[in-house]
Amino acid sequence: MKELEREILIIGAGPAGISAAIEAAKAGAKVTVADEHDTIGGQLYKQIHKFFGAADNHAGMRGFEIARKLEQEAKELGVEFWLNTVAYGIFKEGVGIVRDGDNFIVKAKKVIVAAGGIENTTAFPGSTLPGVMLAGAAQTMTNIHRVLPGKRMVVVGSGNVGLIVAYQMLQAGAEVLAVVERDDHIGGYGVHAEKIRTAGVPILTDTIIKCASGKTSVEGVTTVKLGADGAEIAGSEQEFNADTVIMAVGMAPLTELLWNIGCRFEFIGELGGYVPVHNEFMQTSVDGIYAAGDITGVEEASVAMEEGCIAGIAAASACGHISAEECSARCASHIDALAVLESGEYDGERSAARAKKLELYKASEK
Amino acid sequence: MDDNVIICRCQEITYGEIVKAIEDGAISVTGVKKRVGSGMGNCQGKYCEHLVAQIISEKTGIPVSELLPDTKRAPVRPVDAKVFLK
Repeated sequence: MKELEREILIIGAGPAGISAAIEAAKAGAKVTVADEHDTIGGQLYKQIHKFFGAADNHAGMRGFEIARKLEQEAKELGVEFWLNTVAYGIFKEGVGIVRDGDNFIVKAKKVIVAAGGIENTTAFPGSTLPGVMLAGAAQTMTNIHRVLPGKRMVVVGSGNVGLIVAYQMLQAGAEVLAVVERDDHIGGYGVHAEKIRTAGVPILTDTIIKCASGKTSVEGVTTVKLGADGAEIAGSEQEFNADTVIMAVGMAPLTELLWNIGCRFEFIGELGGYVPVHNEFMQTSVDGIYAAGDITGVEEASVAMEEGCIAGIAAASACGHISAEECSARCASHIDALAVLESGEYDGERSAARAKKLELYKASEK
Repeated sequence: MDDNVIICRCQEITYGEIVKAIEDGAISVTGVKKRVGSGMGNCQGKYCEHLVAQIISEKTGIPVSELLPDTKRAPVRPVDAKVFLK
């Protein structure tokens, strides 16, 4: 085991991690970003659709374009990237990483964990057949490797991810037979739902997959309607001649590293489950450990980028590069932006969730 | 749910086995893990943990919000043991 010293170590080169790196570097800090993948940008890298929202958050740009822009900016500021680097634990002694087949303990003054989220799964008879996959895998195959995972697809989940993936599969030339949704309403934005409806894809609410069948891979999918009591309605089954099932049933924060070092957590269902409590500067209950992006609650890339900026500024300030006043001044616009992003018609619950995390952080300080 | 549906893919633990663990007295994700080994494979429960929590909740009435994830230990990713021997 070798020891390395760094000023600020950021785990995760997604939208939150790179944004943090840029702001910390701008404030004068020496920054290193570690990521287990071989590309910079995290999930942005596989997003080919245009983002909407405020222009400050790169609205109108496609995900991978945002990733490239952030990467370029970070590199111009001298940020060091360690790719293909796994952070396997956070200890009192430092952050354990494996890089080029060697084990290192990185002693960093401040650590920002921006590890992102992980997709949820659902189980049904046949859910382990080849042809059943998660939305992220379908996007990786189609958008990065240019391989269509199947020809006739059923998408499970009508949140934004499910709707966007369904549309991307249509664009890539697949037939999307249906989007099924367990709830009684569509989860994602109307604008995304309208696009796939216009293309003739039915969105079946109150519906689940009863089973997928096939000898060695998916050859058919049966859906069934759910009654008000949540039980399957006999006789409501529908058969689809599908060869692919794409699951897009929500995400959860990828928090093991923060549990590992003893951060305080709280269950907030709207944010995807257990999330670390943090203050307005994204510091967790463990001194010197910051968190940003989906790891603090699953939201959108725009939120991840704002949180990353705040964490980066605060960590640089805590290292002594800028004063507390300057830190507050620089964070103000990002804190305001979060309030706007989380106050929409669909997003009111999220601003309440953020308030809850801040309140719990304060309570844990006493 | 069909008893034969696999919930933990890494260790191939079925719904039926998880229900049996709960009937045996498991009231936590860790309790189920100790009885039948769900969450002990390569992914360390990343994909099945929330399904196991849902099943416990359905069978016992304990809300999912009160079910802690299994204890997280390093290494949190599959890492070659040989790197620790160098």
